[in-house]
Amino acid sequence: MALLQVVTAATGDGPILIPAPADLIWGSVSFLILIFLFWKYVFPRFNEILKERTEKIEGGIVRAERAQAEADLALKKYTAQMEEARAEASAIRAKAEEQRKAMYEEAKSEANQYKEVENQRFQDRTKAEISQASLQLQKEVGALALELASRVVGESLKDDARARSVIDQFIADLENQASQAGK
Amino acid sequence: MAGAEQMRMNTTFIPLSGGEPGEFTPPSIGEFFPGALLFEGTLFEMSRINLIMVLMTTVLCVFFITAFRRPAVVPRGAQNFGEMALDFVRINIAEEVLGHHGRKYVVYLATVFFMLFAFNITSVIPPLQIAATSVIALPMILAVITWLIFNVSGVRAHGIVHYLKANLFPPGVPKPIYLLVTPIEFVSTFLLRPVTLTIRLVANMMAGHLLLVLFFTATQFLLLEATGVIKIFGLASFAMGFASTVLEVVVSFLQAYIFTLLTAVYIQGALAEEH
Repeated sequence: MALLQVVTAATGDGPILIPAPADLIWGSVSFLILIFLFWKYVFPRFNEILKERTEKIEGGIVRAERAQAEADLALKKYTAQMEEARAEASAIRAKAEEQRKAMYEEAKSEANQYKEVENQRFQDRTKAEISQASLQLQKEVGALALELASRVVGESLKDDARARSVIDQFIADLENQASQAGK
Repeated sequence: MAGAEQMRMNTTFIPLSGGEPGEFTPPSIGEFFPGALLFEGTLFEMSRINLIMVLMTTVLCVFFITAFRRPAVVPRGAQNFGEMALDFVRINIAEEVLGHHGRKYVVYLATVFFMLFAFNITSVIPPLQIAATSVIALPMILAVITWLIFNVSGVRAHGIVHYLKANLFPPGVPKPIYLLVTPIEFVSTFLLRPVTLTIRLVANMMAGHLLLVLFFTATQFLLLEATGVIKIFGLASFAMGFASTVLEVVVSFLQAYIFTLLTAVYIQGALAEEH
């Protein structure tokens, strides 16, 4: 029955389809207040915040990109420096190796030279000593021979130039024989 | 129930049964003609419905002013909730339907959506318990404004001749058919749109209110007055009332959404080149 009442009222010319003046007035006032609120207060602030947020996010992205580029650059620079340092180090190492080799060669040749010089000196000295000794020996043998000859002959042959030349001749013959025998 | 009783007495066009003790009084159309509570006899007299309008307008103002008083880039609390609600209208209705035109109309669309939702939801909020949109005035006001906005937008976008021609003489139709099509298009676009917007909303909120009142008064009557096994129907009635309350919450949101969405669709249709 209630439903019937509602339906007849709604489909007929009932006042249900005609707004009451008070409802229209309060409804309009509410609408005006609310649209003013959204128009002048809510959306300006909301849009401002959205804009700010977008800027922050975009700014963040730009900053991140810049930082990335800087990092890339730094890495490139670092790598280049590293490469340079490595090249330099290997150059230094090569040079040092070269120097070491040179020094070694030098020391070696110096030592060889020294050895040769020493050898030479030793040989020279030996030769000199030998010749000195042989000279000494010659002299002593000459004196001995002279003395022996004097005793055999019975007279002094000292200071005799002839005797002296005979002895010298003899010794020279001896020397010749010795050198021929040595050959 | 004394207040409701008095309200019913104000209605003279539908005689009501009831009033006698021990007799069931069904809800009636009188629910939607509440008596004046304030300023009676003046143009500004306030009924229960008008008080609800003022109250909900205040609630919306307080909420949105609180939410956006000190807006932060990282939203918290009320601002977070307010932004979510605004984004629903801004993105899911304005941008979805209107694209880049959405920015221009989002203020009106948001006003309509939040106003209608706030005025609808009072149907389930004690002690208000009636939607401010269950009387015809506010839906009618908004439907008329929507009608004005979509027509003005269309005329501005295309000029009045082209706009009327596009709406009344859709291209690709054989000439004689215009005799049939043009009156239909005229009635449906320029007359029926505001009417259907209004009636869809009012009828939904009225029906919801009547259902709630019916089930809960029946619950009371059956539990207190009925005897024996009939009392059990009181529990069934209460369950139905509860279900209707849940449904009413959904309807409150849905009707606000539909009204706003259709407004956006009408504006989009008026702005578009072809119809």
